Amino acid sequence: MILTKEQQAILDGEKGETLAKVMKTLVMYGDAFEAEKLVPITSKYNHLVTSFGLKVMSPVYDLMQQLLDAGVSSEQQFSVDPRPLDKNVPANFLQNLVFNKFMYTKQDFYEKQLKELGLMNDDAFSCTCYMDEMGNKPKKGDVLSWAESSAVVYANSVLGARCNRNSGIIDIMGSIVGYVPYFGLLTDEGRKATWVVKVETSKKPEAQLLGSAIGMKVMEEVPYVVGLDKWIGNELNDDACAYLKDFGAATASNGAVGLYHIENLTPEAVEFGDKLIAEGAREYVIDDAELERVQNNYPVIWKNPDAAPKLCFVGCPHLSLQQLKDWTDNIEAELKNSGKKKVAIPTVFTAAPKVLEEFNKTPYAARLKATGVITSYICPLMYMNNPLCKKMPVITSSNKLRTYTSARYYTDGEILKLITGGKK
Amino acid sequence: MKQFQGRVVTPGTVTAEAVVTTEGFNTLASLQMALQFGDKEVKCGDQNNSELHGKSLLNKALCLPQTIGSTTGGLVLYCACAMEKNPACMLFANHIDSLAAAGAVLADVWVDGVSMPVVDCLGDEFLAYVKDGMKITVKENGIVEVE
Repeated sequence: MILTKEQQAILDGEKGETLAKVMKTLVMYGDAFEAEKLVPITSKYNHLVTSFGLKVMSPVYDLMQQLLDAGVSSEQQFSVDPRPLDKNVPANFLQNLVFNKFMYTKQDFYEKQLKELGLMNDDAFSCTCYMDEMGNKPKKGDVLSWAESSAVVYANSVLGARCNRNSGIIDIMGSIVGYVPYFGLLTDEGRKATWVVKVETSKKPEAQLLGSAIGMKVMEEVPYVVGLDKWIGNELNDDACAYLKDFGAATASNGAVGLYHIENLTPEAVEFGDKLIAEGAREYVIDDAELERVQNNYPVIWKNPDAAPKLCFVGCPHLSLQQLKDWTDNIEAELKNSGKKKVAIPTVFTAAPKVLEEFNKTPYAARLKATGVITSYICPLMYMNNPLCKKMPVITSSNKLRTYTSARYYTDGEILKLITGGKK
Repeated sequence: MKQFQGRVVTPGTVTAEAVVTTEGFNTLASLQMALQFGDKEVKCGDQNNSELHGKSLLNKALCLPQTIGSTTGGLVLYCACAMEKNPACMLFANHIDSLAAAGAVLADVWVDGVSMPVVDCLGDEFLAYVKDGMKITVKENGIVEVE
């Protein structure tokens, strides 16, 4: 890798041993991908994936402390993934004991570190930092040092920013020195599609199911999706963005997709069309039968597969304001149909703190509360990642949550039926 | 015995028993529960990976195409190394992915005394040949011996 004089000086230790190690990390990381150079980060803010003060992750906090002790901090302020705990979310005595006394004992300590390192504000905790309400929305062409797979794939695909699927810790190291290695999704070549996915379903495909199918097929490659605009339109409005948020999160967690193009919709697909398709790209056709096959192949790891669900999470990644409103309307209508007033299964809807703040200003908030649904800013994944939850029959419409935990996946429509007491 | 030539991502030599996945290795799903709750054998917790689920990864030669999943993957791998709960080495049939590379590099630069050699670009033939329980030797120059 060819470094500028300034970069070389940092690597040589002229600005201290710790900063030299940060630069060495980025150079080695770039070397693994034959990166020729480091390029400046141009986004206003960074976004970090590590939001949780898990005792087991002590090596991460030790490393952060090394950075702070050496007087090193982020050049950019940043948002970070959701907090893992919220008293509003149902938890029994044992769960609370495990969460507070064994698992997240480093939470306060780590949040203090985050503030010292450059956290945007006390509400800057969400996987959907790019929501208007959250204020961390990069511009087209911005170079980022983000992590969080669902945010990276959204920033690349829907916003047209440029970011690799960086890991936690690498994210902040980029913004400490102000540079990231130039490879992969930062380059024009790396943004070309090596798969053409043809959507040939008879109805609008479920976002999280379609994303899952594509993720499992293309893994880390770039898909160019044709036929989806028929169902979600040619405009990046609230509905389309929410759909792509959920779709992208599933491609990233069920596979390792960092960028997708949707014909006639996403910015680069609109600008360049099928010129984005690389020579020799493979083809994957998705019809109703393929989506059914994918959903039927998800393993059910509940001890009793017929157990009655005890908890439902919706909002991984976090819901948008419009999604919260739509769910409110749908639940009310479904409850009315079934002659009930409240949801039959304890249900938690998760969204970014600032999105919830805006939601709470609308009449929808009281209406949703009246149905018994709880709103929260937490990360359902962090809530679920413990042996106690493994034994608990939790349902979700998040394919990301399904992938990483024992939660069982249902489509949004099936979830609606289940939580309102009907059959799916 | 068969030899495969790969590319050194992080250096080192080791001999260990193979555990093999032909599917993407989801680092978070595979390691988090084991690390969090002190599983001494570091058994793979990824319910979606039928080849590895429930198998010990500790001090094994993990043979894989690439890693997938959450971008916490790199820091999870880094923590595994810092806690000495890591595979003995990671051997990629494909080019290494960004999350695994991050974890390997973070461990190499920031964890004293750890050695987890990582070799990539070993090719599809490597993954077709290697089976669970085979003896793997990683040499300094990216040569991997399988017997």
